[in-house]
Amino acid sequence: MAARKASAKSAAKPNVSAEELMAYYRDMLLIRRFEEKAGQLYGMGLIGGFCHLYIGQEAVVVGLEAAAKEGDKRITSYRDHGHMLACGMDPKGVMAELTGREGGYSKGKGGSMHMFSKEKHFYGGHGIVGAQVPLGAGLAFSDKYKGNDNVTFTYFGDGAANQGQVYETFNMAALWDLPVIFVIENNQYAMGTAQARSTSSADIYVRGEAFGIPGEIVDGMDVLKVKEASEKAVAHCRAGKGPYILEIKTYRYRGHSMSDPAKYRTREEVQKMREERDPIEAVRSLLLTGKHASEDDLKAIDKEIKGIVNDAAEFSKESPEPALEELWTDIYAKGDAPQEEDA
Amino acid sequence: MTDASDGLTMVDAINRALHEAMAEDDTTAVMGQDVGVNGGVFRVTEGLIDDYGVARVIDTPLAESGIVGLAIGMAMNGARPIAEMQFSGFSYYALAQIENHAARIRWRTRGAHTVPLVIRMPYGAGVRALEHHSESREVFYGHMPGLKTVIPATPARAHALLHAAIRDPDPVIFMEPKAVYRQMREPIADDAEPAQIGTSRVVRRGKDLTLVSYGAMLHRALEAAETLAAEDIDIEVIDIETIAPLDAETIAKSVGQTGRLLIVNEAPPSYGAAGEIAMRVIEQEFYALRVPIRRVCGWDVHVPFFAREQTYLPSVDRIRGAARAMMAD
Ligand SMILES: Cc1ncc(C[n+]2csc(CCOP(=O)(O)OP(=O)(O)O)c2C)c(N)n1
Ligand SMILES: [Mg+2]
Repeated sequence: MAARKASAKSAAKPNVSAEELMAYYRDMLLIRRFEEKAGQLYGMGLIGGFCHLYIGQEAVVVGLEAAAKEGDKRITSYRDHGHMLACGMDPKGVMAELTGREGGYSKGKGGSMHMFSKEKHFYGGHGIVGAQVPLGAGLAFSDKYKGNDNVTFTYFGDGAANQGQVYETFNMAALWDLPVIFVIENNQYAMGTAQARSTSSADIYVRGEAFGIPGEIVDGMDVLKVKEASEKAVAHCRAGKGPYILEIKTYRYRGHSMSDPAKYRTREEVQKMREERDPIEAVRSLLLTGKHASEDDLKAIDKEIKGIVNDAAEFSKESPEPALEELWTDIYAKGDAPQEEDA
Repeated sequence: MTDASDGLTMVDAINRALHEAMAEDDTTAVMGQDVGVNGGVFRVTEGLIDDYGVARVIDTPLAESGIVGLAIGMAMNGARPIAEMQFSGFSYYALAQIENHAARIRWRTRGAHTVPLVIRMPYGAGVRALEHHSESREVFYGHMPGLKTVIPATPARAHALLHAAIRDPDPVIFMEPKAVYRQMREPIADDAEPAQIGTSRVVRRGKDLTLVSYGAMLHRALEAAETLAAEDIDIEVIDIETIAPLDAETIAKSVGQTGRLLIVNEAPPSYGAAGEIAMRVIEQEFYALRVPIRRVCGWDVHVPFFAREQTYLPSVDRIRGAARAMMAD
């Protein structure tokens, strides 16, 4: 990691290089632009099912992925587009899944909430709130059994944190020292329910203490802070010390999904977050004030990303709808399910 | 049945029934995720919190098993909770509480305790909502002794059946066909009576064939029946409304006259409601059957991606095809 000179006061982060900063900027911007495009395609009626955008939360996955290595695993909920892009999955395949096309990661059969990549160790997108948490611990269990030092990032929301399975899992993860990082993406709302209206404790990570799981609060609007916390948690897990909890305070700018009456918070609240805490703007200003990049450099990145996102959108419209036979595939190993003719 | 452009949608009808029940009986309480401030994901509980307050309109944490368990406890202690699962696909977290407690408390306590609980849940496909949000798993509930499972097909029936469910002394799983939520309107009289749970309803008279359905598929069954009239096929259509306990009498009586039974539902066929209905008719009217019983259902697959959702669902064409084949047999 190349050291760099601290310049502006907020830029005093000695452990990050200009290249890394540029990479975070790029990765976050890709997620943002991808999501904006997904929102447009949804508006055009091209996306069926649900579509939960990640806009505002980009620093969470990008910061966490900064500490990941090959073989580490990630699993999350339905708000999963950002996670897939951040672990290197192809934007085309993700967008084509949103539009339910053959070229999508789930052959158009999963939609926005249900995609996987064995190659990138992305174990899904899951639509049942909280259900991915024990699965994540199971992935970690297998890695521990195999004797490697991989970790599993198990993401879930502040709302999901009230599902009982989460605590069954905390107990097992602590009992067996599983290398799992529980990442609570606390964007303060579960659909229309503010955290304070649904959650008995002000902080969620403290619930881990009862199980002996260390954890901390992280500023999720600052990618460098997330990265730092991720490194710490990863080191803890890789060293065989068991699970770790990161409660990342973040914020979603858009509605819960594309249909959201938005009665539960004020416009001003959202506006204030966007203006004062935007994670992408923060890195942008670090890059500019630190003279790591010029306006032109950033424009070039913007342009490159625009191209990637437009290509993904094109692909997602051109890729054909899945074949009729796909209705009957992958139910069982041998395609034992009855065919239309039999019924 | 009506396609009147005035009247209430099913969402409005259920909302009205909830308002009326809350006004009538202060032991009722509505509970679930976002049922209060947000008025429910489908707006079914809109306005309740304004009229009845947070003590009786309870925004719960995201915890289906906890919600249902809590509601059972409340019901055992004098309340009539009406719990909402945002989608039936999320109710499986609560299956253990439903199977182990809601359905059995009366029996286990030899009648000392009862569970007058309603669990409302939108179910079914047809709105491009993909898996977890489109399944039709009424047999999970229909299979449990001690539970009643009700599925209204129209706004007025939803209103009348929900009233009955709330008054029922036993737990009722109230499954709402979300594809019908805003598909049609029906007028509902100010003095509309509660329905009778456990009775099937003849919605169209006919003499050639008995077509049995429920939920969103009832409307496809009716369309098939109407259009086949032009081919001189005269179909009787029955809406079963209550999955369990099933009123097989009404169906058997009809089949006794028509000699033909066709069953339409959107669940996977294996071990489904169609099989149960067929068996009950066989037990009572085997000798009246002129041709083999048929069913038009979903397939034994997971509810698919939206591009093929309509292939999964029984189409009017498939229903007509089956009926024609039965008439030709
Ligand atoms: C078991 C279950 N219950 C309810 C839902 C409906 N639902 C989807 S997302 C959501 C809110 C989740 O909030 P949170 O965990 O904070 O995640 P966020 O959406 O904020 O990312 C709800 C209630 C579901 N998908 N699964
Ligand atoms: Mg949240």
